[in-house]
Amino acid sequence: MISEVQNNPSAILRVERLSMKFGGLIAINDLNFEAKRGAITALIGPNGAGKTTVFNCITGFYKPTEGMLTLTRQNGEEYLLERMADFVITKKAKVARTFQNIRLFSGLTVLENLLVAQHNPLMLSSGFTVLGLLGFPTYKKAAGDAIEKARFWLEKINLVDRADDPAGDLPYGAQRRLEIARAMCTEPELLCLDEPAAGLNARESAELNKLLLDIRAETGTSILLIEHDMSVVMEISDHVVVLEYGTKISDGTPDTVKNDPKVIAAYLGVEDEEVVELIEQAEAAGVDDITAAVDLLSTEALHEIEEAHPDAAPVELIPAAAIADGASSKVKSARKPAAKKTQAAPATSKIKAGSTSNALEAPRAGKADKLILIKGIGPVNERKLNEHGIFHFDQIAAWKKADIVAAEAYLAFDGRIAREDWIGQAKKLAKEGQAKPAQKKTGGAK
Amino acid sequence: MTQPQALLSIENVETYYGNIRALSGVTVHANPGEIVTLIGANGAGKSTLMMTIFGMPRARTGRIIFDGKDITKMPTHEIARLRIAQSPEGRRIFPRMTVQENLQMGASLDNLQFFDEDARMVFDLFPRLKERINQRGGTLSGGEQQMLAIGRALMARPRLLLLDEPSLGLAPLIIKHIFEAIRELNKNTGLTVFLVEQNAFGALKLADRGYVMVNGIVKMSGSSADLLANPEVRAAYLEGGRH
Amino acid sequence: MKPIVDIEPKESDSVFAKALKEGLVAGALALGLFCLIVGFRTEQNIRNELILTQRWGLLAIFVAVAAVARFLITYTAPWREERKKTRRVVEAKEPSAFRKSFPKIGLGLLFIYPFLVILILAAYNGSMMGGLQGSLKYVDNFGIQILIYVMLAWGLNIVVGLAGLLDLGYVAFYAVGAYSYALLSAHFGFSFWLLLPMAGIFAATWGVILGFPVLRLRGDYLAIVTLAFGEIIRLILINWTVVTKGTFGISGIAKATLFGIPFVPGPNGFAALLGLPNSGVYYKIFLYYLILLLALLTAWVTIRLRRMPIGRAWEALREDEIACRSLGINTTTTKLTAFATGAMFGGFAGSFFAARQGFVSPESFVFLESAIILAMVVLGGMGSLVGIAIAAAVMIGGTELLRELEFLKLVFGNDFTPELYRMLLFGLAMIVVMVWKPRGFAGSREPSAFLHKRKMVSGEFTKEGHG
Repeated sequence: MISEVQNNPSAILRVERLSMKFGGLIAINDLNFEAKRGAITALIGPNGAGKTTVFNCITGFYKPTEGMLTLTRQNGEEYLLERMADFVITKKAKVARTFQNIRLFSGLTVLENLLVAQHNPLMLSSGFTVLGLLGFPTYKKAAGDAIEKARFWLEKINLVDRADDPAGDLPYGAQRRLEIARAMCTEPELLCLDEPAAGLNARESAELNKLLLDIRAETGTSILLIEHDMSVVMEISDHVVVLEYGTKISDGTPDTVKNDPKVIAAYLGVEDEEVVELIEQAEAAGVDDITAAVDLLSTEALHEIEEAHPDAAPVELIPAAAIADGASSKVKSARKPAAKKTQAAPATSKIKAGSTSNALEAPRAGKADKLILIKGIGPVNERKLNEHGIFHFDQIAAWKKADIVAAEAYLAFDGRIAREDWIGQAKKLAKEGQAKPAQKKTGGAK
Repeated sequence: MTQPQALLSIENVETYYGNIRALSGVTVHANPGEIVTLIGANGAGKSTLMMTIFGMPRARTGRIIFDGKDITKMPTHEIARLRIAQSPEGRRIFPRMTVQENLQMGASLDNLQFFDEDARMVFDLFPRLKERINQRGGTLSGGEQQMLAIGRALMARPRLLLLDEPSLGLAPLIIKHIFEAIRELNKNTGLTVFLVEQNAFGALKLADRGYVMVNGIVKMSGSSADLLANPEVRAAYLEGGRH
Repeated sequence: MKPIVDIEPKESDSVFAKALKEGLVAGALALGLFCLIVGFRTEQNIRNELILTQRWGLLAIFVAVAAVARFLITYTAPWREERKKTRRVVEAKEPSAFRKSFPKIGLGLLFIYPFLVILILAAYNGSMMGGLQGSLKYVDNFGIQILIYVMLAWGLNIVVGLAGLLDLGYVAFYAVGAYSYALLSAHFGFSFWLLLPMAGIFAATWGVILGFPVLRLRGDYLAIVTLAFGEIIRLILINWTVVTKGTFGISGIAKATLFGIPFVPGPNGFAALLGLPNSGVYYKIFLYYLILLLALLTAWVTIRLRRMPIGRAWEALREDEIACRSLGINTTTTKLTAFATGAMFGGFAGSFFAARQGFVSPESFVFLESAIILAMVVLGGMGSLVGIAIAAAVMIGGTELLRELEFLKLVFGNDFTPELYRMLLFGLAMIVVMVWKPRGFAGSREPSAFLHKRKMVSGEFTKEGHG
């Protein structure tokens, strides 16, 4: 049966031209993708990209504004999910789901949770309650079978011992597993998991991987998965679909998606933050050659990177770093420090490039003013200003428009200097000559 | 009072849920300007400790001292007024209020004096929230709600920021972004941060010191580098895939 | 667990001071609150003049009680906390043998209750007849009255306690049952035994009719609409005078019979057939057993249903409706069945009520009744049959008992009329129960199935439902 499922190439779910609008907000825009039968398909993307909305459309909790969702069951029956009520989708089309914020029946026991999931078959065998109420043996047998099935899944998720405890009493990771088991008790052909690894630690997510692979191998269930944990997505999924702002930006195997610059820019960010740190260090030290930068690393840090990526030697990481650099300038707001330092790096003289007109080599009389007295300048900004040759209030007070632009460029502020009236503050402070805090002022904006 | 240098010190605290002991003899402290992280498996009692600082539930024994003041029995709202802000487990944003209003609620202790400035800072951190400024909290996606919860905590201009799994449900890019922001805030303003995380690797990279909690007991503590290097910690929390 | 020794004495000092302060504050509050309510009293004298009497003594008692109680509560708080701590370990064990077998003992007592009363009173009065007549009050006012409410509360429990749908108009179904019986028996002469199931079916039908439009609503909205529905039914009963005779009500409703044997004085009556002396008490005892069996039927069905898929679906619905739908459960029909089942038992109780009273009028079906029944469900602990039965007994029996608190006159003087304070004490008792046991008498729920061992689920985990 398993091989049959896996050999079947046809898609279990086809999403065609799916759009979902909430008032003026477009949550999903003309989305197309397929989930293959017997495969694990992952849906990833930034927060608010519309992933959960896609799930809600598939499981009938939302009615899509436009588009077609076709589910083909193993027996060949086709269902148009957008026309069906949520509970009918689970009952007839055999789609089950879990929720981002776990929705267990917390006051029912673990076992009862799994029995509720078998409501529909039990309802039939109890003759819609009437036969069951009168104590017919068919129901007794069915109830026994239901408990056995629950026990099977409890063994799978390692919770047999806690079967009679309230579900709300389980630790978070166990609740996640129980929710998956509960969904499986409806005997789905497509299992939709909304962030199953959220809040799990590394070990627990590794266990989750195993559970999901087990489920697929033993029951042939196809899995559709929303997940941010790349250790889950990249390891177990056969196919990854990436959404951003409700549109598909990439689609393919985990490897292609992982290396897709669009995905890196929008979602993954740079692959290895250690490498970026390393490049930043190198740039800060004015080293152009990356291999030299690698030497800068302590052996311990190097060891760490190796352990995290046993398959990648540090030198091989360099091309990734190049992509990283491109990515970081693209997502400027996200990675300000990196972008800043890249700009600043080429200058090797004491005063860095892009400085203001009245920069000094060193503070007058060897003592700089306390620039942090200006509201809006913190220790970090003060350091940066010093690096750029600004040490005194009167320097700031004398800034022209071009200077402000230059200063804002290296402080990565836009408009803040004017807004917070640094120049006015500086003038005042320079006049007073002596430090008189401006902190009681509520800021120039008001 | 015995440790004037610590901003927050939790001494020998025990907390119960009904008859079940959730924390036993927990002693943890955070010095001013430090980032301290608490790691441990699910159900170890990390979030309980977070909530115990706020008096929900109350510590049955032991003392919690913030800035030299015993807050063990202080009402929760008064604890919050000492500028301890929290981004709690499960986000707990106000679902029927807009993003703007949620942020205002966070800043309400300040009479909105610094509102514009702080809101700008939050929007710089999470541009996504700015796009959704007039949307109701409940209609945000899970990750956006998480951003809002963190943003709301920051609006209080806290002296001590408690973050309960800030990375939960967020895209990898945003997680890095948040961790960076925490680091920046810590550097620039000397904000003390107490961080609970499942993402042990990320948390330990960020923090100065760390505690490891197992079944309501602090099993280990030390500098982040030491914990990262510790084979036991590696085996329990870092192995099996990396974040 | 080590107590901090060095600050211990200081602690107790401050506790005393704190307790004293809080006691004084409570006294002041009580003074302000009761000053006008208790301190003054207006009466009309024989010439229709208003006389203002001052009752400072009584006011002082009120204030003193409040102040002293508050002081004691605060002062003993650390001590109680300490005791709780030591007791906690022991308490986590199984419920005691008495608590376990409580339902059985209670049931046995209920079955022998009328005879017990007769025997005790007979011994007290020294004659069998005296026992019979004297028992009327205890069987009717206490026994039957309480059991009617037990049945109603158990019926409402299906809707509120299990399915988590807040229904403030439950009394409407009670009214439908009562009027179905009254009208059909008056116009068509159908017997009680035929009309009992019919009344149930009518009420269930009304449950479905009400259910369809309103079950999309949740929480407060559902509560308001059900409240309105209850009032609509009552107003129809008042205003549709052609059929219901309005506020006059319908009287002369046929009594129930025991397999065709009527309870009437005369040659064909129950007493004559069994050769017993004539007395109205037999009918009451018969009614007592009838309502006892009806209530037990409700309990039995509820217990059985909880183990059926539908019962579990009700409880799951209370916990999380969205999760229910994601598991393929049709929540609309599930809610409707809960509504209809609850309504049906309300209808049964209604027809019994009509047969017992022999008279129905809209006055019996006011909102207060709905509120009292709901209060029983809440006080008893949502979903717990035993807890609800206790709550019903306490609430109905308690108010009946309060009518007879003559001894209070010894405390407050001869002017004191205990009846007037009945509702006050009643309200106070409810507040005390909710403070003491916020989840009701039975705060835990029994699971419907188990794998290893049946463990009670603490009320901390169960939800109340959102409508």
